[in-house]
Amino acid sequence: MLKNFFPNKILSISNKFINSLIVLMIFIILLGLAYSLFISPEDYVQGDSVRIMYVHVPSSFIALGIFACIGTGSIFNLVFRIKFMPLIVKSLAPIGTIFTLISIVTGSLWGKPTWGIWWVWDARLTSMLILLLFYFAYILTWKFIKNFEKANKISSIVGIVGLINLPVIKYSVDWWSTLHQPSSITLTSAPTIHHTMLVPLIIMLAGMIAYSLIVFLMKYKTELIKFKLNKNKNNR
Amino acid sequence: MFTKRVKSRIFFLSFSILIGILIIFFTLKSLEDNVVYFLSPTEIHNKSDISFNNKIRVGGLVKMGSIIREENVINFIITDLKNEIAVSYNGLVPNLFSEGKGVVAEGKLNDKKYFIAEKILAKHDENYMPPEVSKVLEKSN
Repeated sequence: MLKNFFPNKILSISNKFINSLIVLMIFIILLGLAYSLFISPEDYVQGDSVRIMYVHVPSSFIALGIFACIGTGSIFNLVFRIKFMPLIVKSLAPIGTIFTLISIVTGSLWGKPTWGIWWVWDARLTSMLILLLFYFAYILTWKFIKNFEKANKISSIVGIVGLINLPVIKYSVDWWSTLHQPSSITLTSAPTIHHTMLVPLIIMLAGMIAYSLIVFLMKYKTELIKFKLNKNKNNR
Repeated sequence: MFTKRVKSRIFFLSFSILIGILIIFFTLKSLEDNVVYFLSPTEIHNKSDISFNNKIRVGGLVKMGSIIREENVINFIITDLKNEIAVSYNGLVPNLFSEGKGVVAEGKLNDKKYFIAEKILAKHDENYMPPEVSKVLEKSN
């Protein structure tokens, strides 16, 4: 009974609130876009091409954050064998992959007018590409391994090994000389972004987190139904 | 919750992660020369095994007042506030390329003081602010 409590609770709350969440998310994103595209000022160096930052930076945060969740959940999978964890972690992967792709593509679009080049193999960009490969590997292990327990074990290993890449991504701009600029928002010092630009950044981040939550809940519902159908099929 | 089985799994996992981190660390350390995207003028000055035939990248700030454009060729100086290197480049530069701002030049070293660039990339820093704010900051400096 207790093992069914948590996933069922997530589903019932999700069913009740998902429509309000979608409306809220749309509102936040529209507000964020209004700020990003019109209300916020241009940058003193980059002019209007800085506005790509309002999509690029939040998606990068989310791409990393979701993989951190996948990695941590994978540790719980392997070590503690918490029953409801595999489906939760599995449902995070698709939206994480999408945001990694958005980060790389918007970054490339931002690089051409500012740096003068679409792509360089510096530490930050290369490690983000490696993150994308880890996301692909994670999703593909679930797709190609038919046995649930085996798929869970191997995908958990992929998630945990990928965790090591996360500090490399984050500190790549500090540890090595890179074309990508250092972090503007850190835990230890004041942001080097003016507040008129920090506000739309945070609004867009909130909107994208809401979007990730919605996609995660939708995927989780599907996974849970598939899992229960399979279990019934096997028990018959 | 922390049964013997769980404890042994934690130990095995922590051990594997530690080994993984060490592998990554040593791999990155041995690839150090390739992981850095560019060398600063000081690093070029100090480097003993520098090659004058391979393509390398130099990065730093464009020295104020050093940009000289004649016909198609642009000459300027890259500085890291400790050492400098003169750069010569034939072609188009990105919009953000300007004096006092970051630059990465890719090309070949003629000698330790003179670099012939085949490609110029502009590097911007982590500061973002409206033009009015930057003017105020400039005035107060």
